[in-house]
Amino acid sequence: MRIPPRWSQAGAVAILGTATFVTVMVLIFIIAFILQKGLPVVRPSFLLDFPKDMGKEGGIFPTIIASIVLPILAILIAMPLGVGTAVYLTEYTRESRLTQIIRFGTDCLAGIPSIIFGLFGFIFFVTTLKMGWSLISGGLTLALMILPTIIRTSEEAIRAVPSVYREVSYSLGATRLRTVRKVVLPNALPGIVTGMMLGIGRCIGETAAVIFTAGVSLRLPTTIFDSARTMSVHFYILAREGISTENAYGTAAVLILSVLLINLSAYGMMHWIMSKRS
Amino acid sequence: MRFFGEKGVQHLLRLVAFSALFGLLLIAIFIFQEGLPIILKLGLKHFLFAVHWEPQSGQFGIFPMLIASLWVTFGAMIVGAPLGIAGAIFLVEFVPRSVMRIIKPIIELLAGIPSVVFGFIGVMVLAPFIREHFGGSGLSILSASIILGTMILPTVMSISIDSIMAVPYSYREGSFALGATRWQTVHMVVLKAARSGIIASIILGMGRAIGETMAVIMIAGNAVKIPHSVLDSVRTLTANIALEMGYATGMHRQALFATGVILFVVIMILNSIANVLIKAKVSPKK
Repeated sequence: MRIPPRWSQAGAVAILGTATFVTVMVLIFIIAFILQKGLPVVRPSFLLDFPKDMGKEGGIFPTIIASIVLPILAILIAMPLGVGTAVYLTEYTRESRLTQIIRFGTDCLAGIPSIIFGLFGFIFFVTTLKMGWSLISGGLTLALMILPTIIRTSEEAIRAVPSVYREVSYSLGATRLRTVRKVVLPNALPGIVTGMMLGIGRCIGETAAVIFTAGVSLRLPTTIFDSARTMSVHFYILAREGISTENAYGTAAVLILSVLLINLSAYGMMHWIMSKRS
Repeated sequence: MRFFGEKGVQHLLRLVAFSALFGLLLIAIFIFQEGLPIILKLGLKHFLFAVHWEPQSGQFGIFPMLIASLWVTFGAMIVGAPLGIAGAIFLVEFVPRSVMRIIKPIIELLAGIPSVVFGFIGVMVLAPFIREHFGGSGLSILSASIILGTMILPTVMSISIDSIMAVPYSYREGSFALGATRWQTVHMVVLKAARSGIIASIILGMGRAIGETMAVIMIAGNAVKIPHSVLDSVRTLTANIALEMGYATGMHRQALFATGVILFVVIMILNSIANVLIKAKVSPKK
C-alpha cells in the first residue's frame, strides 16, 4: 500500500516539528529548573561570604574569584596564539600541505575530551613542570582546550573582512604587517571578541580539565600559583558528595546564569555583525 | 612592532601557527609516555579484555568499563542523533529562515550548559523518574544515555544544519519541477546529497559522548561490572579515570593513563573519519 505524498508530507512535518519542539523544551526546562530551585538561595551574602564547613554553610566567594581569574588567564594565553594562527593562515600563506596539517591539528585538538586535557595538565604542568595545583596550571590547560575555538572564530572573522579593504591599504603603500594591524584586525575585532567570549563560557563551565590542574582548595587565591576551586568544581563536589543540595542549587544557578549571559552576549555580537554586514 | 620588522613578524606568526599542532603532540607524548608502558607490559589484549579491575591486587583489565562506554555511547546516539538530525531538517527545510535564526542559537545554548549541570539534572529529575517507572536504582545506562544524548544534540544538529544548507538549491528546484512534495524532495534528494556531512555529525557526536566525563560520573552509578540490562549501573572509561585519579599512584596511575591512551586513540580515529567526510561534503560534485 502506498501512502499518498501529501499524507507523508504532513506526517514528516509533524514528527520533525515535534522533535525540534522537544529539544527546545528540554533546554528551557533545564534552565528554568535550576533557576527556580537555585535563585532563592542566591542572596548577596551567598555571593560575598566565604564557605564554611566545606561549603555546607556560607557562600561561594572564593569560587567566584577562581571562576573569573582562570578564564582570564586562559584567554591571555590563548588569544595571542589563536589570533596569530588565524592571521598567519589567512594573510601570510596560501592553502598548502602546511595549512592542511595545521588545520588537521586544530580540528583534532578540538575533539580531545576534557578529561584527557585534565590528565595532560596534571602530568605536564602540575607534575613535570612542578607548577603544582594552581591557577596557572589550570589556565594553561584551559588555554590549550579553547585554542581551536579561538583559531576558528578568528579565522572566520578575518576572512569576512572584504579584500577591497586590504587592496586599498596596499595601494596606499602600507606593508602587510601595517595592513593587518590597521585594517584587517580592527575590522575583524567583533568576530574575534565573539570567539573569545565563547572560550570564556567554556572555561567557566569546565570541570574535568580543571579539577586535576587547579585543584580544589577553598581558600581565596592570592597569586596565580595558588590552588583554587572554581564554581563548577565546587558545584560538582557539593552535589556528588551530598554536602548540601541547597547550596549546590545556588551555585548551579550562578554558574548557569554567568555562562548563559556570556554566551548570549557572544550571540548578540554575532547577530550585530551580521546585520551590520548585510 | 617596528622592533620585530616585517620578516620577524612573519617568522613569529609561522611559529605561532603551529601552537595547536604542538599542543596536540605534547598531549599525545605525555599521555603515551605515562600510559604505554603498562599496556606493553600487560599486553594490549589483556588490558582491553581482562574483566577484573582491582588496583589493590594489581589487576588491570578495563573490559567492564569498555563495554560500559560502548553501551552508553550507543544509547546516547539512539537518543541524540535522530533528534538532532530531525531538528536540522525541520529548521532548514520546513520553517522560514527567520525562525531558524531564532531557534538555532537557542539550541546551541544547550552546548554551553556545563556538563556537571546536565549530570545534576539527571540525578535530581531523571533518575527518580526511571527508578519509579522502570525499576533499578535509576543511576543506569538508560539515564546516562538520555542525558548524554541531550548533550550531543547541539553538535549533531549544527553540523547537520551546515551540511543540509550546503546542498545547492538547484537540486531542490529540479525535484520540485518533477512534482515532488517538499518531504519527498528532502528524503530523496537533499538527505542523499548531505549524507556524508550528516554521518560526520553523528561521528563527532559519538566522540563527544565517549569523552564526556562529569555528567556520566553523576548519572551512571559507577559500578565496575559488565552490565546485563540498560537499568544496570555502569562505570565508563572516562568516569574511571576521573574517579580514581585523585588518589592513584604507581602502576594504578599508569593504568589510568593507559585508559587515557585508549580514549585518545579512539577519538583521534573518529575525528579523522569525520574530518574526511566533512571535506568530502565541501568539494562539490560536478
